[in-house]
Amino acid sequence: MIWIVKNLWLIPALPLFAAGIIAVNKQPRRKLAATLAIGSLAVGFLLSLCAFSATLGHTAGVVHEVFSFHWIKFGGEWMDLGWVLDPLTAIMLVMVTFVGMLIFIFSIGYMEHDRNFMRFFCFLALFASGMLGVVIANNLFLLFVSWEIVGLTSYLLIGFWYHRPSAAAAAKKAFITTRIGDLGLLLGMVWLYAQTGTLNFYDHGHGCLETDALTQMATDVTVGGMAVSTFIGLLIFLGAVGKSGQVPLHVWLPDAMEGPTPVSALIHAATMVAAGVFLVARVYPLMAAGAPVLAHGAPVTTALTVVTWVGAITAIFAATIAVAQNDIKRILAYSTVSQLGYMMIGLGVGGVAVGMFHLITHAFFKALLFLGSGSVIHGCHDEQDVRKMGGLRKFMPVTFVVYAIGMLALAGFPLFFSGFWSKDDILHHAHEWSVSQIPFYLGCAGALFTAFYMTRQVALVFFGQYRGHSADSHAEARLHGNPESAAHGAPHESPAVMTVPLILLAVFAILLGVIGTPAWPWFAGYMRGEATVLDWTKFGDTAALMVASSVIVLTGLALGWFLYGRRQRKTVGEKDVLEAAQPAVFKLLQNKYYIDELYEHTVIRFNAFAARACAFLDTWIFGGLVLLVSYAALGCSWLSRTLDEKFVNGGFDAGCESLRSTGGGLSRLHTGRVQTYLRIIGVALVLLIIFLIWGKA
Amino acid sequence: MTLFLVITAVVTLLAAVAAMSLRNLVHSALMLAVSFSGIAAIYLQLNAEFVGFTEILVYVGAIAILIVMAILLTRSGETPEHSVLTSGWLAGIAVTALLFTLLGWAVLSSSALPAAPAAPPRVTVRDIGLELMTQYVLPLEIVGLVLTVAMIGAVVIACKEAAPAPAVSPAAKTSRPPTPAGHPAAPVPAPAGAFKKAGAA
Amino acid sequence: MNPLQFCLLVSALLFSIGFAGAVTRRHAILVLVGIELMLNSANLNLIAFWRFGPHPEALTGFIFVLFSMALAAAEAAVGLALVIAIYRHKKTSNLDEVKELKG
Repeated sequence: MIWIVKNLWLIPALPLFAAGIIAVNKQPRRKLAATLAIGSLAVGFLLSLCAFSATLGHTAGVVHEVFSFHWIKFGGEWMDLGWVLDPLTAIMLVMVTFVGMLIFIFSIGYMEHDRNFMRFFCFLALFASGMLGVVIANNLFLLFVSWEIVGLTSYLLIGFWYHRPSAAAAAKKAFITTRIGDLGLLLGMVWLYAQTGTLNFYDHGHGCLETDALTQMATDVTVGGMAVSTFIGLLIFLGAVGKSGQVPLHVWLPDAMEGPTPVSALIHAATMVAAGVFLVARVYPLMAAGAPVLAHGAPVTTALTVVTWVGAITAIFAATIAVAQNDIKRILAYSTVSQLGYMMIGLGVGGVAVGMFHLITHAFFKALLFLGSGSVIHGCHDEQDVRKMGGLRKFMPVTFVVYAIGMLALAGFPLFFSGFWSKDDILHHAHEWSVSQIPFYLGCAGALFTAFYMTRQVALVFFGQYRGHSADSHAEARLHGNPESAAHGAPHESPAVMTVPLILLAVFAILLGVIGTPAWPWFAGYMRGEATVLDWTKFGDTAALMVASSVIVLTGLALGWFLYGRRQRKTVGEKDVLEAAQPAVFKLLQNKYYIDELYEHTVIRFNAFAARACAFLDTWIFGGLVLLVSYAALGCSWLSRTLDEKFVNGGFDAGCESLRSTGGGLSRLHTGRVQTYLRIIGVALVLLIIFLIWGKA
Repeated sequence: MTLFLVITAVVTLLAAVAAMSLRNLVHSALMLAVSFSGIAAIYLQLNAEFVGFTEILVYVGAIAILIVMAILLTRSGETPEHSVLTSGWLAGIAVTALLFTLLGWAVLSSSALPAAPAAPPRVTVRDIGLELMTQYVLPLEIVGLVLTVAMIGAVVIACKEAAPAPAVSPAAKTSRPPTPAGHPAAPVPAPAGAFKKAGAA
Repeated sequence: MNPLQFCLLVSALLFSIGFAGAVTRRHAILVLVGIELMLNSANLNLIAFWRFGPHPEALTGFIFVLFSMALAAAEAAVGLALVIAIYRHKKTSNLDEVKELKG
């Protein structure tokens, strides 16, 4: 066993130790905290590169290197925990540690004026350890534990500025909504264990994702005629729906923008929300079990079909909402939801490689966009409304360039940017999907909208005239705990500690496209364990689709530029172009299709009612039972006391009383009168004589 | 069992009944004397002449007179107007009846009594004196002692007491009859001879 | 009925009469009178058994009666002295009223 596989646990353990050490420091030691956190991730990155290199070069199918150890004994059997090293794990490790490291460096600059610097880095390190734990886990139980750590730190970081009521509410909403999804994951986990007797994914043939278990689960039939594997897969997918913000559990992600921007970048763009996609990729064999063998393309099963449809609906849904938002981070949040939908489509129609490629590229350019928006917010003195920005390319040139690169990557600008290649891969496979073409059309419409709203955003933020003034935004200044930051005048460029990570991310946003082109599909080959060759003729197969998607993207860009770039807003309060054109539709989109209000009136209300009913049950029935028991005890004690007083004491008293009265009665014989005594003597004499006479006889 | 014996017995019994039932105490005492005389006559017929004469000397001559003295000293010479019977006299009669029934039955049904009377013994005073001085000399001395004690005791009891001393201990409040002056700590001879004798009969 | 039985019956009857008087009459002296009668009946009993018994020459009953008479006299003296003392203390010779020993 190569040493990296045995020591894979170091990668999540180092950030965990860093978090622990930071947590026990009472004095603010910023340098120490930052060094520990970044250092642990840096070492983790190096180890991840080792792991990555160990997985290269396999050409005979995917190899899963497993390390297990005994953990706990159930009855007569040991439950093993462990980790696995395969292409999926390795690529995720590299991405998470690298992007995380860059975001940590960015945070040094962003959170410089904040009083709670130490707490921030402690939570960030804890999050990193949880996410890395999810990635390496070979056991669904271990994955679940790490999953929950990730959810916890998400809650802690969203509500970082907890004295703000909106932040606290957003954190609670995030935690509870993801919890609903986690319920499905837990049920799926339990059923999987019951069905196969193990929770290990790969265990030399005995794992639950290996052939024996899969064939058994695919043939067993359960409720509704579905195969067991389908049902378990759907339950686990429910966990992914919660974590990745798919419809209908998407409501927490936009509100999660209450947290600091590095948090939004790391957790809600690059890594945590990707964990849902990663989970589906991890249990993909389970979801694809029992599929009929096709000539080409990915297997088609009920579970994967559901995944595809959910992803498609989410993609178009979120993209339409993003068109009408005014907060710079919210636009990006809805964009994230939409792109996650794309990843789900990719997993459903194309398999692990397709979905994961988009996940990796998205991580880079979305982190870039979020950090860029953080830079913008920081430079505008904590202003987040795009209507109050404008013309920032003059003030913040570096940020503008990298932001534009990220935006083009997201929109899928043809050829040079990674987003184009990954999105095209998805659309290509959606086009080939045998079940239906609707996801393909929805994906194309979503691409149009994506290009449109991103152009809108960039135009409003970076072009035109600066519409904000410094006196407006004291909001985030106070959040940072430092009101002096609002004293500056015009917007300014961010310091190097913030711009260098942005530049690095931008470089990768471009370069990553190279590994996923149809001519050289290295990524897909790597994920499948096949060799890949550089073949320029493959471009011919996908040429039509490439042209079509390029046209869509360019149309969206042009439309956005036409509406927002050419005719610039002059004032803050001016009506949006679309709003003027279609006020009702715009209002609907701006209010997110009123989903939050719907939930408020149905689910939340029902929950409050159920809580009241439970409180009633607890107070009156369970509490009543306890009271009854206490009354019974009181009654018993009363009974005991009464028995003691009335019967025992009373009995003694009555006995003594009767003795006394008998004595009193007997004392009446002593009349003091002589003649009475004489009479009694006479009687006694008679009796004595009788006794003497007859006694002797 | 001569006729004389029967008549004497009847007279004795009638006198006894009268002694116990007459209202006037002096009459009762006189009837007692008659009864004693009757008993003395019975003794004479049973060849116990000395005892008979001793009976007349002691009982009629001393005790009956003594009783009369006592009656006069306790101002009971007049016939009382109220009832002479004590409360609960019926119970007493019942007990008496019971007692007599038992005694009578014992006497009449006993088989241990000797049947044939022996010859009448000839008892001289000389024989009595010899017996007293040889075999019964100890009881004789003791009886002498007892008589002495009784005499002294009777005098002490019946003596008129002096005025009670004021510094006497509150023990004098007990229900003992007041002791005469000069003998503050002398215990009253406890056995009232009459009660004791009645119990030992 | 032989003479012995007769004498015994007379003695029994005399005893009963004396007992009846002792427990029935109110005056203290009459109780003593009754007691004297009872003593006499006992003496009579003794003399009867001496006369009709097996060994009258032993004089046992005779001497017994002599002593009994002496003691009866002593006892009558003391008893009457007691009655006088009680009369002096309580101004009454009614036995119903002498009940200090009532318990």
